Amino acid sequence: MKPKTQRLTLALLAVVAIIAAALLALSALKDQAAYFYTPSDAAKAHLQPGAAVRLGGMVEKGSLTHLPDGVTITFAVVDNAATVPVRFKGIVPALFREGSGVVADGRFDANGQFVAETILAKHDERYMPPEVAGAMHKSESLKK
Amino acid sequence: MIAEAGLAALWLGAALCMLQLIAATLAVRGEAQLAGIVRPVAVAQAALTMLAFSLLIWLFVEVDLSVALVFENDHSEKPFLYRFAATWGNHEGSMLMWVAILGVAGAAVALLERKLEERTLLATLGGQAVIGLGFYAFLLFASNPFARLYPAPPEGRGLNPLLQDPGLAFHPPTLYLGYVGLSVAFSFAIGALVTRDVGPAFARAMRPWVLGAWIFLTLGITAGSYWAYYELGWGGWWFWDPVENASLMPWLAATALLHSVTVLATRDGLRAWTLMLAVIAFSMSMVGTFLVRSGILTSVHAFAVDPRRGMFLLVLLFLYIGGALALFGARVGTVREGTRFDPVSREAGLVANNLLLSAVLGIVLVGTLYPLILEAATGTKLSVGPPYFDAAAGPLALILVAVMAAGPLLRWRRDNLAPLAKRLAPAAGLALIVLIAVKFVAPSIHILSLLGLALAAGLALASVAPLWQRNLRRTPLFVWGMVLAHLGVAVSLAGMACDSSFTVEKLVAARVGETVTVGPYSVTFDAIDPTFGANWQALQATLLVRRGGGDMLTLSPQARTYWAPPTETSETAIHTALDGQLYTVLGKQAPDGRWQLRLWWKPFVTLIWAGGALIAIGGTLALIGRLWRARRRPQEVWL
Repeated sequence: MKPKTQRLTLALLAVVAIIAAALLALSALKDQAAYFYTPSDAAKAHLQPGAAVRLGGMVEKGSLTHLPDGVTITFAVVDNAATVPVRFKGIVPALFREGSGVVADGRFDANGQFVAETILAKHDERYMPPEVAGAMHKSESLKK
Repeated sequence: MIAEAGLAALWLGAALCMLQLIAATLAVRGEAQLAGIVRPVAVAQAALTMLAFSLLIWLFVEVDLSVALVFENDHSEKPFLYRFAATWGNHEGSMLMWVAILGVAGAAVALLERKLEERTLLATLGGQAVIGLGFYAFLLFASNPFARLYPAPPEGRGLNPLLQDPGLAFHPPTLYLGYVGLSVAFSFAIGALVTRDVGPAFARAMRPWVLGAWIFLTLGITAGSYWAYYELGWGGWWFWDPVENASLMPWLAATALLHSVTVLATRDGLRAWTLMLAVIAFSMSMVGTFLVRSGILTSVHAFAVDPRRGMFLLVLLFLYIGGALALFGARVGTVREGTRFDPVSREAGLVANNLLLSAVLGIVLVGTLYPLILEAATGTKLSVGPPYFDAAAGPLALILVAVMAAGPLLRWRRDNLAPLAKRLAPAAGLALIVLIAVKFVAPSIHILSLLGLALAAGLALASVAPLWQRNLRRTPLFVWGMVLAHLGVAVSLAGMACDSSFTVEKLVAARVGETVTVGPYSVTFDAIDPTFGANWQALQATLLVRRGGGDMLTLSPQARTYWAPPTETSETAIHTALDGQLYTVLGKQAPDGRWQLRLWWKPFVTLIWAGGALIAIGGTLALIGRLWRARRRPQEVWL
């Protein structure tokens, strides 16, 4: 093989690899990316059960209940305009509490309940996830 | 006075950095009398940054609350180790560490580099000064660590408790040595592009620097992964968090660079590509710094939420990456053609390695940046998590492992498929046996884990194959290094596959006295008591753990409450056995008085980090081997 042909082959290979990786990335992005919804966004969006969703808002006061198994909780996420019922099995983060901001990764089941796989809450007193801060801000302005 | 001295040292360092740039530029252009001052200036500049950094450490250890940064992040009740390490547990301090390491890396090149052609070396030090100036400016204009606070408050606000761990003393400095160490490779590439001096001698000079940065990067990532694993209490060791990706991307690029620089050093091939990779590797470090330090991500790593800082870093990023790529574009045409090679050869295997690593890098980059760009452009928020990365990067990583098994068994320049197949046969056979055996034992195992286990076994055997029929005493150290590093990948991969497919998880609400079984262990919830430490109080569960008829062990997971700043964290308790770890977390109390316990039996999970350590040890042996050989045979430099 001449050097020039070899360089061309290598370049072609690289292009093919890049295209293959891009296709792989795009198809995975399409299937696997979780869009962020506030409860009011989710109400409008008619989400498919089973699609990956990231839900953010505030834990409604008085909505937290513990199921008899001792490890499952249900609560409602609100943004002052809509409410989503959520079920979660696991240990909630330390600063998860009623009236506090929350972001949950999970999926809607067929009954419209959101089944959370992971729950993120404020890290400490100083910190709030930007999604929650944004969602709170938005619903505050809706209220006015 | 100490804070003012630190600030003065930084300004002086910035001035010397400017001098270094000017002197190096003029010296490369032919002002020979200036060449002599470039090295001393680089060393003096490093000394000043180290002085500034040491003074900041001093302020933190002494808890000088008249300094704003100390007030924000330090607390007099903290133990010495955390007052010390809190220096870099915040935005400004960590950026000062960045600049200090950058300065030291430049000084190390000035003092130790003897192989590089003099003009290229001067241009390299000029490149290092250009990078330095941008980050000095960022420190002095947007992130002054020495800003005073008046009047001095009586007590500091304390360090984020998640960071209050011995890991903070080790993980950030190691990772930064890797991140910033890659700046040397970048500056080498700039130097080579300026003087058009690219060849085997250049590659042999660059290789130890790349290897050194890569070793630290490997150690830093491994340590960070283990820290997240035991500190967060989520049972996972990698979350595809953007901050983790920020450290993985430079590692992928540096790994590719490490292999392509070998082709350049040994066979004088892949000239332009190696320079490109050197630019990409440090660019990824800067992208990582931007992601972590700009405040656009919120995580335990993101201290700053100041948009000006984000813009400043973004501008630096575009200037450096754009500038380097422009220089590359302008000069690459004049880089002479490298030597050609056969499609079946060691070189070709390394090209495949580079393509696959680059593809994985691209996938991680897309997954990390896409949500940020989408949100900036359209306001749509989306999160890209493990499902994306596993689905997209997983298959490519497995192909990469297969290539890795074959690579070291290929001959340089020209080889044939038939003898290669013969050399690979034992490894392929072993992989097949493991594949069938695992599928038989665990029929429902996920395909990626199944292939992972099989390929790990094959790779382990193929990795040691280059030692076959060799006189082990006379085998060069860098061959040992390669063998160990590749073996480390196999070990780590086996750990990942075991953890993801054989982990047993129990989430229960238990009363005191109840016994739960998880994997081979029975866990008795014996008691729950209050306890306290220097700046926290906690509830501590006492778990009596027994495996079969073995000895009784005690594990004590805690739910801690810190008071400065007020934060609750959970402290895991982990028992390490030869064949895995028992991982326990204490949760919340249910309304009926029972306590949530989360227990995991994780078979062979420790292999993940053992593999990481093995990779770093392999790298270290290779580094020592290369330096040793270069010392003993200096004439090789001029080949």
